[in-house]
Amino acid sequence: MVDMVEVRGFRGLKNMSDKSVQRLFILPTIALLAVINIFPLFWSLRLSFTSFSVYEGGKPTWVGIQNYITVLSDAYYWRQFTTTTVYVIIVVTAELIIGFTLAYLLNQKFKAKSVYMTMLAIPMMMSPALVGALWKLIYNPNWGILNWVLGLGELDWIGDPKVNIYGVMIVDIWMWTPFMMLLSVAGLSAIPEYLYEAAEIDRASRWFKFMYITLPLCSPLLVIAVLFRSVEAFKTFDIAMGITGVGAISPQLLSLRLYEKAFYRWDTGLSCAIAYVLLFIVIGMSNLFIRYLNKVRQ
Amino acid sequence: MASGMKKGIRVLLNIVIILVILVYMLPVIYDGITSLKPWNAIFKVPPTFKFKPTVGSYIRLFYATIDYPVGKEPSPAEVAQMSWKDRVTWENTNQQTSGLGFGLRRFINSLIISIASTFFSVLFGTLTAYAVSRFDFGGKEDIMFVILSTRFLPPIVVTIPLFLFYRYLGLTDSHLGLILLYVAFNISFATWVMRGFIDDIPVEYEEAAMVDGYTRLQAFRRIVIPQAATGIAATTVFCFIFSWNEYAFALMMTSRKAQTFPVFVQGIKGSLGIDWGAIAAGTFLFIIPVVIFTFLMRKYLLAGITFGAIRK
Repeated sequence: MVDMVEVRGFRGLKNMSDKSVQRLFILPTIALLAVINIFPLFWSLRLSFTSFSVYEGGKPTWVGIQNYITVLSDAYYWRQFTTTTVYVIIVVTAELIIGFTLAYLLNQKFKAKSVYMTMLAIPMMMSPALVGALWKLIYNPNWGILNWVLGLGELDWIGDPKVNIYGVMIVDIWMWTPFMMLLSVAGLSAIPEYLYEAAEIDRASRWFKFMYITLPLCSPLLVIAVLFRSVEAFKTFDIAMGITGVGAISPQLLSLRLYEKAFYRWDTGLSCAIAYVLLFIVIGMSNLFIRYLNKVRQ
Repeated sequence: MASGMKKGIRVLLNIVIILVILVYMLPVIYDGITSLKPWNAIFKVPPTFKFKPTVGSYIRLFYATIDYPVGKEPSPAEVAQMSWKDRVTWENTNQQTSGLGFGLRRFINSLIISIASTFFSVLFGTLTAYAVSRFDFGGKEDIMFVILSTRFLPPIVVTIPLFLFYRYLGLTDSHLGLILLYVAFNISFATWVMRGFIDDIPVEYEEAAMVDGYTRLQAFRRIVIPQAATGIAATTVFCFIFSWNEYAFALMMTSRKAQTFPVFVQGIKGSLGIDWGAIAAGTFLFIIPVVIFTFLMRKYLLAGITFGAIRK
């Protein structure tokens, strides 16, 4: 904040006042977000109260909260919610445990540490849809390498509805464990050595050191990692599309059903209602995330 | 964490880590190997390593080949006459291929759209980040909060109405339409990360400059930007990777003209079904820029994934 030298008034483009600069710099961002993100949200809200099909055209007819009642009471939709939630819980927990363990083991002084970590970071930087396509090769029930290596015969990771959700989970875990690992490494390496030394002087056990020094000091980063992954996992779409696509055999994930309803059945009004419920859940979770992120920013 | 370790254990640990990384990377390695296999070798069980590598899959990705219906295969004399590209594809795949060869245009689409959207999102993001970092105004943190929330919107929530909106404006299946969309979604990320980097630049330099007669804009251009250069580079790379990898928006908003590479690779089909070789080739090819950039920006990985909150 510069209060020593404050440039006042508007004196042409070269000599703009601070206030003008401030407004000019923020304007493009706000304008763009308003048009592309905020405005559609309102339109979507309005559509969710109508029965309207983009395909059939015509004017949207108001149906009140009919769509929402359908979404929130129909067992079919509840199944999507519960399946997606279970998916999130399993996936994030696995990533957290594996990622943290990897970080714990890597928390030594290696010369090539940053090279190792960069290589492990590659899966999460790949296009999720293409990772799905890649794993479709691996998962192929007839000639895929996974079934051969594990001796699983013809287990259909792609086409069998009972199995393919685990297929998607494995891919998600493969992709995002490095994320957890990176954040865990950051958290672990920030713990000052003297805390451990002090604990050792008091003859603290390994368990004690872990529970009362390592975990508490790591937890802010772990929390934002978990929150972030949870929000993203709830929205899972690309990976699942890559592996199974939409259709009768696809896993019961919310985003897939939503896409189906909107762009295959063209049931626009209902889709907007489903989308809004998804939105509320996601906004709620990301709310927590951003608050925690601000805390970590110190 | 004992830091004084015996050399033997250290070597052992290194070996274990390298093994872990190799196993972890197996899917990617398998992808690369499969992309070089001739068609028949892909389907062999148990998987074989003895094959003559061929770039047939890559060719099919980018270059549409002639169809040879069953019963009308080319004679050896005709094969000798073929262009190199056709011959490789014929000898190693023995399939009709149709609908392929659009890979090049899709690849270029991905390039254009990614570069353009990255440029604008980093530009606007940096400007906004500067304003938020240096000035105080009412609702500042709230605005930043809202900005970041937009990053978490499920794409589908936004695309249903945007689809209508774009159709009205004639922006469906257009480069501009997709670029606008990507900029809007990258801008929140760019703003947050750049704010972190600009916060790290001491205000004193600009103050001194302005005392010396520089305007605010000049101070911004001559002092802040050079110092923020590495931050800008890192942000650029991450925004590029995001646009490069993006699938959901491209799937829903583009179909023929502006379709990007990930959407294309997803649905590659030859006339005998899914063209697995081309999928392997396309997937592998697409990763290469990402790997290079990730390696270049490895010091900023942490800043990238925490939205600029941690800039060790």
